[in-house]
Amino acid sequence: MSETVTLTIDGKKYTAERGRTVLQVATDNGIRIPTLCHNEAIEPYGACRLCVVEVTRGSRTRIVTSCLYPVEEGLIVQTASDRVIRNRKMLLDLLLARCSENEVIKNLAAEYGVTQPSFRQEYWEKNDCIVCGLCVRACEQVVGVSAISLVNRGISKEPAPPFLEKATDCIGCGSCYYVCPTHAIKMEDKNGVRRIHNWKVEFKLKKCSKCGIYWAPEAQLEYIRRKADLPVGFFDICPNCR
Amino acid sequence: MPSKLKSPKALEALQKKLGKVADAGKVSISVCNGTACRPYGSNPVVEAFKTEIEKRGVADKIDFRITGCHGFCERGPVALIQPGNIFYQKIQVDDIPEIVEKTLLNRIVIERLLFKNDSVGNIQAQVDIPFYKKQQRIILGNNVKIDPTSIEDYIAIGGYSALSKSLFELKPEQIIDMVKASGLRGRGGGGFPTGAKWESCRNAHGDIKYVIVNADEGDPGAYANEGLLSGNPHSVLEGLIIGAYAIGAHQGYIYVRNEYPLALKNITIAMQQAEKLGLLGKDILGSGFDFNVRINRGGGAFVCGESTALMASLEGKPGEPRAKYIHTVEKGLWERPSDLNNVETWANIPLIINNGPEWFSAIGSSGNTGTKIFSLTGKVNNTGLVEVPLGIKLRDIIFDIGGGIRDGKKFKAVQTGGPSGGCLPESMLDLPVNFDELTKAGSMMGSGGMIVMDEDNCMVDVARYFLTFLEEESCGKCVPCREGIKRMRQILNDICDGKGQESDIDLLKELGAHLQDSALCALGSSAPNPVLTTINYFHDEYMAHIRDKKCPAGVCKALIHFYIKDNCPGCGLCVKACPTNAITFVEKRKPVILDQSKCIKCRTCYDICKMGAVGIE
Ligand SMILES: Cc1cc2nc3c(=O)[nH]c(=O)nc-3n(C[C@H](O)[C@H](O)[C@H](O)COP(=O)(O)O)c2cc1C
Ligand code: SF4
Ligand code: FES
Ligand code: FES
Repeated sequence: MSETVTLTIDGKKYTAERGRTVLQVATDNGIRIPTLCHNEAIEPYGACRLCVVEVTRGSRTRIVTSCLYPVEEGLIVQTASDRVIRNRKMLLDLLLARCSENEVIKNLAAEYGVTQPSFRQEYWEKNDCIVCGLCVRACEQVVGVSAISLVNRGISKEPAPPFLEKATDCIGCGSCYYVCPTHAIKMEDKNGVRRIHNWKVEFKLKKCSKCGIYWAPEAQLEYIRRKADLPVGFFDICPNCR
Repeated sequence: MPSKLKSPKALEALQKKLGKVADAGKVSISVCNGTACRPYGSNPVVEAFKTEIEKRGVADKIDFRITGCHGFCERGPVALIQPGNIFYQKIQVDDIPEIVEKTLLNRIVIERLLFKNDSVGNIQAQVDIPFYKKQQRIILGNNVKIDPTSIEDYIAIGGYSALSKSLFELKPEQIIDMVKASGLRGRGGGGFPTGAKWESCRNAHGDIKYVIVNADEGDPGAYANEGLLSGNPHSVLEGLIIGAYAIGAHQGYIYVRNEYPLALKNITIAMQQAEKLGLLGKDILGSGFDFNVRINRGGGAFVCGESTALMASLEGKPGEPRAKYIHTVEKGLWERPSDLNNVETWANIPLIINNGPEWFSAIGSSGNTGTKIFSLTGKVNNTGLVEVPLGIKLRDIIFDIGGGIRDGKKFKAVQTGGPSGGCLPESMLDLPVNFDELTKAGSMMGSGGMIVMDEDNCMVDVARYFLTFLEEESCGKCVPCREGIKRMRQILNDICDGKGQESDIDLLKELGAHLQDSALCALGSSAPNPVLTTINYFHDEYMAHIRDKKCPAGVCKALIHFYIKDNCPGCGLCVKACPTNAITFVEKRKPVILDQSKCIKCRTCYDICKMGAVGIE
């Protein structure tokens, strides 16, 4: 079996390693496909659907999500056909109706000419979360903690700590905050304390014994110290002073 | 219980022995104690039969059998008596001494318990009843012949001979070729060719493979899979073992909807019995083939019936679908090649092996062979489980088998395929019922729901109803489905409330096309069906709501009001029934007065009035 395949994206031929996704190959070659629920460090999930492209294989043409679709020999991909744009616009329309005041969504939608939802104003919502699951997946796959999960189904699905109470396993690392594409997670470091409001948690921050700055949650440092089997007191000094 | 069978010969010998007992020429009675007959009192009826037979000491003269669903649930509790094929309906405990005395011991038919038909009068034989006449019950027909908790009953009618033939006379590839040649397509919804699916799974890389039974049946109101699994569990199990052998799997799973206690119980018993007889487990029938099965209870969500969600649920994860760009026959349960088939698909397998693929493909029509079981419900006279050859016309199912519309009302639409199926109008009644035609018409086969609607159903309201269900049952993972269904439902709400605009129709169509294109799984991509078909076939009704602010069927509360007609005799029935005291009694023989400001449009007066003196407009 050959290790590379040849495919066509927007009329140009590319060779790519087997096993890569259409999104990866497009990105590698400077073709921009918008995404919201994707992050290279995390398994693709296919929830936001913004990365839709049109693929043709033999006589069959259909819409697929490029973040999940593996490249194939002879595949023909269109990243901006009318049908793709129509679907992407409707997705942004739907997202804008859900997050009518979120800056990230507003800007992205505007890029595609969607400045206002097509739906009656009384139905516009003011969410920030688009339920892309990145926070949950980062916590599970990158941090290895799984302090939060997606709960409920249908329209009430949302990321949440267990039993909607304090996320007791959370170590305060803030990965969820950094990966969230719409800044829906509210985190603040103040007076030596980190608060992540969404998960109802707060953490004492470690003070560097040399320079005195608060540099990371104690719980997170303790988690890393144990995982990496580092000596007690290893994190007393911040990276800058070390 | 007979002892372990270690060869095909041993099975054959047992079959002969049990077959003889069954043929002994005794009078037999099969009493249905299926899930739908129970609310009508089949449990006490069964008990009363037992007591009566014992009291009279006639147990050796009567072959008494408690069975699963006979199909005509509407008339439950029902029973079938042989010889004579006598079908008794609506049996009550008080009838039992008479049935035993007259019919079972003296072969006298009790006219009162027969099915009555206005034009023909009483009908004695089950086969002559219109409900059964156009059916072809190759699968469900066995339900009346067996006690589902008795493996002996199943073996007596030839059960497990297809398994024996498969293991000892056929190579796995030959079995797959037979299934391919039969033309069998999956009965779970998509109609994917079963043989081809098995072949891909057999050819997929990996030593460990799985076969799975989809008995999730989440469609509200549908119970075709329940009736089969609880009424003839061994037929499903036998099909599964044959499939496992053909595919090269040694572990199977049966994913049963948790709300199906009887099906769960009967399949559990069936598995224990099959294992005891050496038909399941290690070295089946001495062939060297090992196969084990585990039962899993469904997570309770409609979406868990979707293949990838079902597999996630089997793995103990949330029942969320994933993209199928890599098929489950390659990477399914625990990333291993897995073949998932519907209950009914599996039950067809022993028939194909026993009778040959030509026999099977002669039933139905080309490209759509065999039969299909439907749960026929809604506004028809005869509801129940019906099994028909594919290609039969909708009209035949609704008007011949179903006996037409209740209370002399007019047929309006039929919805096939569960909550995300489409609604087809009268002009499509001659449509052949098969996978392709239903899809072309904007509906689908689904797993066999069929809901009939009459002139009293508002099609906008119907579309809204199904979308409300789907909105709650969507897994919520992908944007088009989660957000799109919600918006469609809101627009439909507005139309029903008289707040619709003409542009709403275009927006609904746009959303529909978007969901079909972009949703992650088939729940989302099929969800627009009820909306798009009703817009397509009942456009006038939408326009009446939007333009004239009227609901022609008199359903949408915001668009109707009730009034008292001049022929009201002032009987006062409605006055007492009205929950808000909106109706005032004047005097006898004078119409009552309805106060519109107090009326909550609950319809109570309309339903209770015997004179038809309450009007809706
Ligand atoms: C939302 C949804 C619900 C489904 N529910 C069922 C079900 O209850 N039973 C079933 O057999 N198939 C169901 N399916 C279809 C399955 O995904 C799958 O196609 C089927 O079980 C394959 O079996 P078959 O090839 O024998 O039809 C459902 C599909 C979707 C999208
Ligand atoms: S289409 Fe609906 S049910 Fe399917 S994955 Fe998307 S949200 Fe879930
Ligand atoms: S980035 Fe592909 S679905 Fe979200
Ligand atoms: S359950 Fe008794 S006839 Fe269907």
